[in-house]
Amino acid sequence: MRELLVKNGFVYDPLNNIDGEKLDIAIRDGKIVEKTSNPKILDASGMVVMPGGVDIHSHIVGAKVNSGRLLRPEDHSKDVEYKTPVTRSGVGYSIPSTFTTGYRYSRMGWTTVMDAAMAPLKAKHTHEELNDTPMLDKGSYPLLGSNWFILEYLRAKEYDECAAYIAWIMRATKGYAVKLVNPGGLEAWGFGRNVRDIDDPVPNFDITPREIVQGLCRVNRMLNLPHTIHVHANNLGKPGNYVTALETMKCVEGQAGDGKPVLHLTHCQFSSFGGRDWRTFRSAAEEISEYVNTHNHVTLDLGQIIFTDTTTMTADGPFQFILYQLTGNKWVNCDVETETGSGIVPFHYKRKSFVHATQWAIGLELALKTKDPWKIFLTTDHPNAGPFTAYPKIIAWLMSRKARDAVIDRISKRARRRTVLDEIDREYTLSDIAVTTRVGQARSLGLNRKGHLGVGADADIAIYDINPQKEDLPANPGRIEKAFKNAAYTLKDGEIVVRDGKIVKAVDGRTFWVNVKTTPSSIEIEPELQKVFEEYYTVKYENYLVNEDYCKNSDPIVIKPKI
Amino acid sequence: MSIVKNVACPVCGTLCDDLEITVDGNRVIGTKNTCAVSEAKLLNFSDPGHRNLKPLIRRDGEMVEVSWDEAIKRSAQILAEAHYPILYGWSCTNCEAIRMGIALAEEIGGVIDNTSTVCHGPSILSIQDVGIPTCTLGQIRHRADLIVYWASDPYSAHPRHVERYTAFSDGRFQHSEWESYVARLRGVLGKKRLSRASELTLMKDIPLPAVTGEKLPPSFRTGKRKLIVVDVRKTRSAEHADLFLQVEPNKDFELLQALRLLVKDEELEVNEIAGLPVHLLEEVADALIGCSFGAFFFGVGLTMSSGKTRNIDAAIALTQDLNYRTKFVIMPMRGHFNVAGANVVSTWQTGYPFAVDFSEGYPRYNPGETSVVDILSRGESDAGLIVASDPVSNFPREAARNLIKQPLIAIDPVASPTTVMADVVLPSTFVGIETEGTAYRMDRVPLPMKKLVEPPETCLSDEEILRRILKEVRHLKEVRGET
Ligand code: SF4
Ligand SMILES: [Zn+2]
Repeated sequence: MRELLVKNGFVYDPLNNIDGEKLDIAIRDGKIVEKTSNPKILDASGMVVMPGGVDIHSHIVGAKVNSGRLLRPEDHSKDVEYKTPVTRSGVGYSIPSTFTTGYRYSRMGWTTVMDAAMAPLKAKHTHEELNDTPMLDKGSYPLLGSNWFILEYLRAKEYDECAAYIAWIMRATKGYAVKLVNPGGLEAWGFGRNVRDIDDPVPNFDITPREIVQGLCRVNRMLNLPHTIHVHANNLGKPGNYVTALETMKCVEGQAGDGKPVLHLTHCQFSSFGGRDWRTFRSAAEEISEYVNTHNHVTLDLGQIIFTDTTTMTADGPFQFILYQLTGNKWVNCDVETETGSGIVPFHYKRKSFVHATQWAIGLELALKTKDPWKIFLTTDHPNAGPFTAYPKIIAWLMSRKARDAVIDRISKRARRRTVLDEIDREYTLSDIAVTTRVGQARSLGLNRKGHLGVGADADIAIYDINPQKEDLPANPGRIEKAFKNAAYTLKDGEIVVRDGKIVKAVDGRTFWVNVKTTPSSIEIEPELQKVFEEYYTVKYENYLVNEDYCKNSDPIVIKPKI
Repeated sequence: MSIVKNVACPVCGTLCDDLEITVDGNRVIGTKNTCAVSEAKLLNFSDPGHRNLKPLIRRDGEMVEVSWDEAIKRSAQILAEAHYPILYGWSCTNCEAIRMGIALAEEIGGVIDNTSTVCHGPSILSIQDVGIPTCTLGQIRHRADLIVYWASDPYSAHPRHVERYTAFSDGRFQHSEWESYVARLRGVLGKKRLSRASELTLMKDIPLPAVTGEKLPPSFRTGKRKLIVVDVRKTRSAEHADLFLQVEPNKDFELLQALRLLVKDEELEVNEIAGLPVHLLEEVADALIGCSFGAFFFGVGLTMSSGKTRNIDAAIALTQDLNYRTKFVIMPMRGHFNVAGANVVSTWQTGYPFAVDFSEGYPRYNPGETSVVDILSRGESDAGLIVASDPVSNFPREAARNLIKQPLIAIDPVASPTTVMADVVLPSTFVGIETEGTAYRMDRVPLPMKKLVEPPETCLSDEEILRRILKEVRHLKEVRGET
């Protein structure tokens, strides 16, 4: 029996309505319990205690991320990690090697991270890398928005078959959630084209992005999957695209029966662009947050811009091609048969660029104008808008007007004149921060064991060295940043793995995936699937499947569908 | 007797995964869907004449049989005592062994490098310079209507590539041109009957005069698949092509640059480039632009001819330019079945695809300095560990000579000049025949390798051998109080 008592911390556990009260947290065998009998004591007095951080959208592993690593030796040599008796060595500023990724998250107090995208055909690669990403519980989302089987099922309105297919592909890839990237557009990109809006039919497939989003939303609900569909909208990164984002959210309004979210719009900063072109480019954060404030069927994450040299990488091949044209930087494209695309372009966000500075403001406007932190989560779409290691900086911007003003003073004058960010007084509380960086994300993911400190929860805990009773945090953003950068302690499954921002113990973490138990009456699609499989793919059906032993610590979430 | 289906082939980077292998009494007795190369390996791998079966250590110049424990101990000693050991090979084993190898290299502060350092190294450096527009092979099978093999002879080096993924494969939007090839063949061979022609397998050598004239053949006016081969000599693949462009030796760069200009609608003021008439090249450029999905494949012929990285830079730049006009991709033809995996694993664990130096306590990468051939040429290393590779035969002479001067450990299922020169020989198993694991196809699609038969009892997998060495190295360091 391993027992630990975290004593006297200021506890932030919003799910259980605990807002900075001085409490003890009892832990036994990796779980939070009512009481312990003979525990070791961890003195957290004068410090903030929160559930471990949760990241709903971060590109940390897999084929595309690794191509990004390959592409950027210059990114690595400036940021290295030495081998220590407990940790492996590594490199990488915007795209760290796998071990380094795990350690850096853990040092900030993060304990669960979801990789945002995997091509099902390359799912084994994702899992091999997840196995080499220590310190974290994790999962990954298969890319399904341009998958031929799905386009065909949805075109024929065969929702039951589509549901059976999604259940199958979650098992086949050991995937966690349904990911759509530029729905339909990536199939068009197979021939170098794109779709223009959500009603522009996909070439050769006679289906529109709207039908794909609506169809997958419906199927996702039929299957009762823990997370909603996770959508990277069409027209990402283009002026005026907020209209597409609004239409994407609106098109599933009708499916929001029980008041629960049914769609997650990811890295919404990149989808909140106003204007007609780059000259008239403006923030449309107002329009997006207005919509989100009046609707409960969506959640968002930010994709907050950091002024730095980073690496953009998405499955959105046509978007990456535009970035390549805009920047003239090096460019990787890798389309995956029958499923998806991907692209990579190094990118430097500059304070003095009107467009980049406006993007920076859009992210913060979205976070501050969206009233409910349960609806909008902190991410950088790592590494697209900046590396995840910038989270402490963003937390400081959210909590401190002073921190924001300091940046506003130094950005492009044109962007400064046009943003309303300097008129916003709102400052996030520590409880808001807990929600936007972990609690809300865990809820959106349907991870009931994460994001809270109630009895039965996994004892994944972050302890930060700030005293909310003594310190005026908004006046001291530097303190906020420093405290979140180096957690005083990180606990993973009840063990102290980080002390004073240093890894003291390396642990593996689990891989979550969704195992949908299909009911006996459900439709058998596998024989048909096997029949056409070889026409669709250059690998054999058997060799496509990811066996469970590909996950070092497999942790299937068993789901009973509604059908 | 049993038949194992869906077997991935442990020979070349094409990594065909549709093999059917007949096993009887722990022996492979039959193969289906193999090419000649893979058939030869799968039927003959267990030939006892070549097989390493016992751990061996050199004692007073003689190789003597020892226990596994002793061989492992000796290996660990060599590596733990070395100041700058090199660990080389890795493209004919599984990813699990590569992971273990990297952990070992880190533990001993050595350099780990894989065979891409001597084949597609320049391609990787090019990708790091400019990027690469590429795809998985199925995209090409489904969509490509123009396929170009440049300095690559798939019929010899990747025998089933054309049939599985390119000109003679069947996809959703494009179909195999096998039939029209047969039709052309019929025209050429005149009286031979169609039934005979359709019996021919793709493996058979069928001489067909490829077009080398000054005009594009009529097939280029259709939307069907077209195959172009660019090479310095008329290879077997060239004979199957719709168009063969014979480039003068070492003139690839000029030809690529000329095509780049033409694709950008610029005029060339000469009549001939690299031995080819410019007006033909103009038509070729039109065909490149005019296709709806084009694919370049290039072989070591391009990375190793004069220009090296410059050639690949130009080829990738041409592909990138073409994407402003149509869809175009490019892919290196990787040789060994898991050389792509060696790059992939090295990259996720260390940030770099090959030539990774741990001597400073973190991964460092500077090909030319940290690549094994260069280290050996400078005589800097003081111990070597080779996994499933034969550098003694393949490296430049000076490098090979320095390699055998230092204590050398060879992990290999078969005897080679390298194992003959080694001080410790550790008999391992064949990945994809006796040991399972993961390998990456040339387009970096991961595939599971199968275990078909039991290995000899005295052999261990590469991964297990490396695990034991690593454990022993850690133990030695502990004893010496180094940790
Ligand atoms: S082409 Fe290569 S992978 Fe395919 S069967 Fe032949 S040797 Fe094996
Ligand atoms: Zn993303």
